[in-house]
Amino acid sequence: MNEKELAQKSVEYRKKILKYIVGAKAGHTGGSLSCVDVLNVLYNNVLNVSPETFGSPDRDRYIQSKGHCVEALFVVLADQGFFPESDLETLCKYKSHYIGHPTRKVKGVEQNTGALGHGLPIAVGTAIAAKMDKKDFRVFTLLGDGELPEGSNWEAALTAAHYKLDNLVAILDKNELQITGPTNTVCNTDPVDEKFESFGWAVHHVNGHDFKQLNETFASLPFTAGKPNLVIAHTIKGKGISFMENQGKWHHGVPNPEQYAQAIEELDNALTLV
Amino acid sequence: MGAVIESTVATGKPNQDVFAGILQELATEDRDIVAVTSDSRGSGKLVTFGQQLPEQIVEIGIAEQNLVGVAAGLASAGKKAYAVSPACFLTARALEQIKNDVAYSDNHVRLIGISAGVSYGALGTTHHSLHDFAVLRAINNITIVVPADNFETEQAVKLSAQLDQPIYLRFGKKPMPLLNPDETSFEFGKGRVIKKGADIAIIANGETVYPALLAAQKLEKEHGLQATVVSMHTVKPLDTELLAELAESTQAMLTVEEHMVNGGLGEACASYLLQQSYHKPFKIMGIPDEYTVTGSQMEILNHYGISENGITEAALKLLKK
Repeated sequence: MNEKELAQKSVEYRKKILKYIVGAKAGHTGGSLSCVDVLNVLYNNVLNVSPETFGSPDRDRYIQSKGHCVEALFVVLADQGFFPESDLETLCKYKSHYIGHPTRKVKGVEQNTGALGHGLPIAVGTAIAAKMDKKDFRVFTLLGDGELPEGSNWEAALTAAHYKLDNLVAILDKNELQITGPTNTVCNTDPVDEKFESFGWAVHHVNGHDFKQLNETFASLPFTAGKPNLVIAHTIKGKGISFMENQGKWHHGVPNPEQYAQAIEELDNALTLV
Repeated sequence: MGAVIESTVATGKPNQDVFAGILQELATEDRDIVAVTSDSRGSGKLVTFGQQLPEQIVEIGIAEQNLVGVAAGLASAGKKAYAVSPACFLTARALEQIKNDVAYSDNHVRLIGISAGVSYGALGTTHHSLHDFAVLRAINNITIVVPADNFETEQAVKLSAQLDQPIYLRFGKKPMPLLNPDETSFEFGKGRVIKKGADIAIIANGETVYPALLAAQKLEKEHGLQATVVSMHTVKPLDTELLAELAESTQAMLTVEEHMVNGGLGEACASYLLQQSYHKPFKIMGIPDEYTVTGSQMEILNHYGISENGITEAALKLLKK
């Protein structure tokens, strides 16, 4: 998918994220909007996985450690044909499988996540299995910068380097805001690149909303043979909606009807500019 | 079934040694078997495994959360991952990983808790695993098994390799008696009746089955009382069919475990029996709700009456003898 098509897709995804969050009266709006461009590129241009190949042992794996932003994942999976999009009308409703965090009851979801600091260790184990079996599949996991203080991330980072897992790709959705406020005021993990590099990872920075940069970055994997890969995606929480961007209150804010209408209008306008 | 007492004097190996040996045999044939350790290959008796099958062992270092998460990832990609770590750390430090990455995500990890109960003796509370039945009972989709001798261990490890479900196997450090070498049936979820008698049922597991058996012998020799002794090796799912049968066929029931009385085997049995309206003399023997006294494993167990004499006395009291 070329950059223009990706840009159009992301506008579509953002509209759907808002639609289903409004319908559910719940959701992690800001973070879903910050990571959706990365998911867009992954599922449309990078990952070797589809509804037909989802059971294949050779498929690429995507594990969303940042489970809170499941709305972005669900919208992208629906677009990929893993399940009918109409299912998302049940999001967070009684007896729905489409709950507020990733669950394997939904086709396309590899692991149940939501509790933070879990995705990277599981991804490491899966990547080790690929190495053991001499398989070429890759394992991608999306981390939030707010979940980095969980020690399990750092335990897993050590193991990934120890086992030279260059088939592992961790993407850090670095929007720099978490529920309490700026991440560097809650628990500063910067300089995160130097930390991972010192652990033995190959690290690349990228503008997480720039499709050209994202395409080029993922096309250059592995960054260094024998090293696990960290893509630090610099993103904007609430990206695409003027009154949500960089506003901590939209961590899990739900738009009221007026806000929703304005957001959709802004996204429609953005579409005309693509 | 009753002439088994003599055989109990035979000394077997520590269950965790048997585990490691059987695992290595299985792994030699099944290359999908992978041992995952947290700097615990020595205490887990996996040194030879690591030497013979270096491609099938993953060393994590002392990082239990990561240990379980990595094992879950391995399992998700088709590996039969055995996550081996001291029971106290495995089930407390990595509890959320067990809940989410293993049980909730249905990744078929085999969790191996070594040096369980008060095996570490005088190393103290930090190293005692007296909570593991309680916390794991509260998590669904996980089988909890505590073998009482080398036979049960061998069977449990072999069955675990084929189990299509997460499992926790708990092993201790000390050499085990062979309870009944002729016994050939072993099934998860089915208690193993070691001795039959109508006066009292003594339901134990792991290291406590042997003193329960000695107590049954003493009750018979010195008091003319007949006891049933059960190795309730599977704490979950509990063999409620056997429990109901024992509630019907005996006068009193006594449970014995190397675990705190809170939330363990005894409370699991009591909960079932009470809800089925069985009302009869019943006692739970285990470590009381306190931090343990200092001592070796045997000294600690003896202190709390988990011994031939302690169990005998408890049984007599229940039967008002």
